[in-house]
Amino acid sequence: MSESQQLDADRIRTLLESEGDEIKENTRLFNTERYDAVKAVGEGAHEDNRTQAREIKADAIERLPELIDRTRKAVEANGGTVYVADDAEDANQYLAEVADNVDADSVVKSKSMTTEEMDLNEALEADGLDVWETDLGEFVIQVAEEAPSHIVGPSLHKSREEITKLFEEEFDPDESLDSAEKLTAFAREYLGECIDDAEVGVTGANFVLAESGSIALVTNEGNARKCASIPDTHVAVAGIEKIIPSIAELEPFAELISRSATGQDIPQYLSLLTPPVDTPAIDFDSRDESYFGNSDADRDFHLVLLDNGRREMREDDDLRETLYCIRCGACANSCANFQSVGGHAFGGETYTGGIATGWEAGIEGNDVAAEFNDLCTGCSRCVNACPVKIDIPWINTVVRDRINRGKDPGFDDMLVDGLVPDKEEPGTPLRKRFFGNFETVARIGSATAPLSNAVASTGLARKAMESVLGIDARRDLPEFRRTTLREWAASREPRVADPERRVALYPDVYTNYVRAERGKAAVRVLEALDCEVVVPDVGGSGRAPLSQGMIATAEKKAKTVAESLLPYVEDGYDVVAVEPSDLAMFRREYEKLLPEAAYERLDGNSYEVLEYAYGLLENGADPDVLPAGDGDGIAYHSHCQQRTLGLEGYTAAVLERLGYDVLTSNVECCGMAGSFGYKSEYYDLSIDVGETLADQFEGAADERTVVASGTSCMEQLDSLLSPETHHPVELLDPERR
Amino acid sequence: MSTGSVEQFQQSLSRLNTASTAVAPDELVSTVADLVEPPAVGAELPFDGLSIADAPVTLDPSPSRLREAVTGVSGSRMGIASLGTVAVESRAEGDEFIALYPERHVVVVRASDLRTDLSDAFGWLRAEFEEDCQSFILATGPSSTGDMGALVQGVHGPKEVHVIIVRDNE
Ligand code: SF4
Repeated sequence: MSESQQLDADRIRTLLESEGDEIKENTRLFNTERYDAVKAVGEGAHEDNRTQAREIKADAIERLPELIDRTRKAVEANGGTVYVADDAEDANQYLAEVADNVDADSVVKSKSMTTEEMDLNEALEADGLDVWETDLGEFVIQVAEEAPSHIVGPSLHKSREEITKLFEEEFDPDESLDSAEKLTAFAREYLGECIDDAEVGVTGANFVLAESGSIALVTNEGNARKCASIPDTHVAVAGIEKIIPSIAELEPFAELISRSATGQDIPQYLSLLTPPVDTPAIDFDSRDESYFGNSDADRDFHLVLLDNGRREMREDDDLRETLYCIRCGACANSCANFQSVGGHAFGGETYTGGIATGWEAGIEGNDVAAEFNDLCTGCSRCVNACPVKIDIPWINTVVRDRINRGKDPGFDDMLVDGLVPDKEEPGTPLRKRFFGNFETVARIGSATAPLSNAVASTGLARKAMESVLGIDARRDLPEFRRTTLREWAASREPRVADPERRVALYPDVYTNYVRAERGKAAVRVLEALDCEVVVPDVGGSGRAPLSQGMIATAEKKAKTVAESLLPYVEDGYDVVAVEPSDLAMFRREYEKLLPEAAYERLDGNSYEVLEYAYGLLENGADPDVLPAGDGDGIAYHSHCQQRTLGLEGYTAAVLERLGYDVLTSNVECCGMAGSFGYKSEYYDLSIDVGETLADQFEGAADERTVVASGTSCMEQLDSLLSPETHHPVELLDPERR
Repeated sequence: MSTGSVEQFQQSLSRLNTASTAVAPDELVSTVADLVEPPAVGAELPFDGLSIADAPVTLDPSPSRLREAVTGVSGSRMGIASLGTVAVESRAEGDEFIALYPERHVVVVRASDLRTDLSDAFGWLRAEFEEDCQSFILATGPSSTGDMGALVQGVHGPKEVHVIIVRDNE
């Protein structure tokens, strides 16, 4: 978004209608191609590249001051100039001076997000220069006077028809530009002349190699090659974070960048330039003279390294990782919300998608990040997509926490009494407290059920919830159970005399208070497979507060959970979780919230329930004690965070082993994502995302039983298909026989 | 560093919809003549004993010739068999312009210069960097864009690439 716009329900609806189709088609294509390309090269090889790339970036950012120094020395030794700019204004001024020194009338640019960040075009135009974007996507955006909607494909929200209309109106060509070929040919011709006439060529740099003073550029169109070689003066602009030590460190990035961005094994053009290059200067004024006009001009090279908040990000333990980003856009493409609404909603001043929160918070400030940060639901699908293994959801959570505190300096997320609606202070922090402290809501709701359910579902109560808490009245509320899973389990006698294994079944808030039936099924299944099962007295994992950016509360909960569960682990119990989002806390987020040893113990000894059942069956448990599938059809939607942990396959494998015919969804997320789909302003987006999943199951839903691993997914499917979604463990329940 | 195979290189090129021809050294000039669509410009090859001076191409062209040219002929000191990639070097002979302006780019690679994969190619690049040869474009197939609503070949760079592999090691 070039100008800040309130991201409300209306704006989201408008964008879904105007840009949603193109965004969906293009981001999903990139996303699928990335999956295919990674598969083709081999997951192992890809993972090795990611590990190496991350190590190189971590090391380079650590040694940044030294690398800046080395870069300067190398570039100067080659005959170029390095300018380290403190901020955008400083950098723009430098570029204006360079242009002024060569009496430039016009400047041509290849794609560079960093110059977008600087608003370079506006600055140079204000100085009377003509500035042309030569990347076709950027050119479209320039002509349309819009902001990029995607880091890699700035104009991918525009259809061919829209571009035709735009260009015909702007350029009034003799022939209609009614195909992609004609549009491309027109732009090639038009921009080709601009490039030949320009005195200064500006490029970005995907990487800067300190030792040799080189830049690496990744492009497909060839415009960066032209911008770097045709004008006598070449200015490369890069954030200071783009420096790596040398050509020796470039290899993993050459493997990763295009594969992650567009699913290409290598870009069309990977330029490694150590300017000033030996390519002769070309003089179009001596058009008929051989040897390219026999110019006597010297090539002039400037490398502008931009700080603009980056050095501070480097000092910030939580934002630092943002600087590892190689801007491939995979986090946007793998994001279900982004796929629906695109970067004009899910983005700040310059950057778009999941990592935009880190960039915008670091460069512009938390206010800009706050405009779109809520669109990250923490589904974590970007985590495995990121070529440098940035924990993007964590950055979003940290910034959310900072935004909460900034908006409401008294915001102390540990205060559960924040739940009591304070009429003087409506707005977001209150709703965040409500969802963040859902455990308390559930406890009270369950204690007073069914009365609480009846009251909550009255029209009056829903209206109040919508106006005070922003909970959309179109959503069904969870119904609390009077008897919790824990109470039910406590009332049972031990069933297994000589157990094979001992299990502490984690009673997450939903399974304990709302979906107790899936917990009961889990207990019976595990017992049938010869496990002793206990349901410990343990509180919420902290997932709910964490998703609201309430890190202190989440941390407190994590500690309590570890204190309760680790003694079981010491006694030889395995921890088994039904709800994937809570298991993901144990196995992913607790790394940030717990001391290392406690995290490792819990991570190493906790399992998703079907993963665990799979292990038991593989180790000789008798599948015949469980009801047989008899070829019945199942439509299975795995949970986003479960997939990130690599655990979706176990459910399908167990169901197939029992004789079910399993159809698995392949969407990134159901769109509900915990509290997200309940929030009024996001209701339409949540439904839009959910519909992709519903479409996949549409035809199948009549003949197949729909199962989903996550509570949120079940709720979304219940509302979009039919209210009969089950957790897969319920199919295994011996009581079904 | 091992040498990549001509067959694999050609297979990779065909996946990129890029034509290729493998020839003996003494067939080079006639092959270039067959493949150029006039007017053609060229940069003299960076190989001892192989030249396109006798082929129907203008070397060291004027800016207007460069702009009018339909074909550009240049050499590449490295090819990547697994990817179909060639290296356009920033040389005083103007390879970069020759490889960028005309619609059709004819590239000459020696079979002995083929590397098996990207990792091998990086081994070569590191050695070149040591020797102070530090500006290359690794080019894979024709230039392309999806920015105009469909995938189109031939944007700011060539629309079509033809690779001639000189069997210099047989
Ligand atoms: S955060 Fe990772 S996935 Fe996202 S753009 Fe940066 S490098 Fe790519």
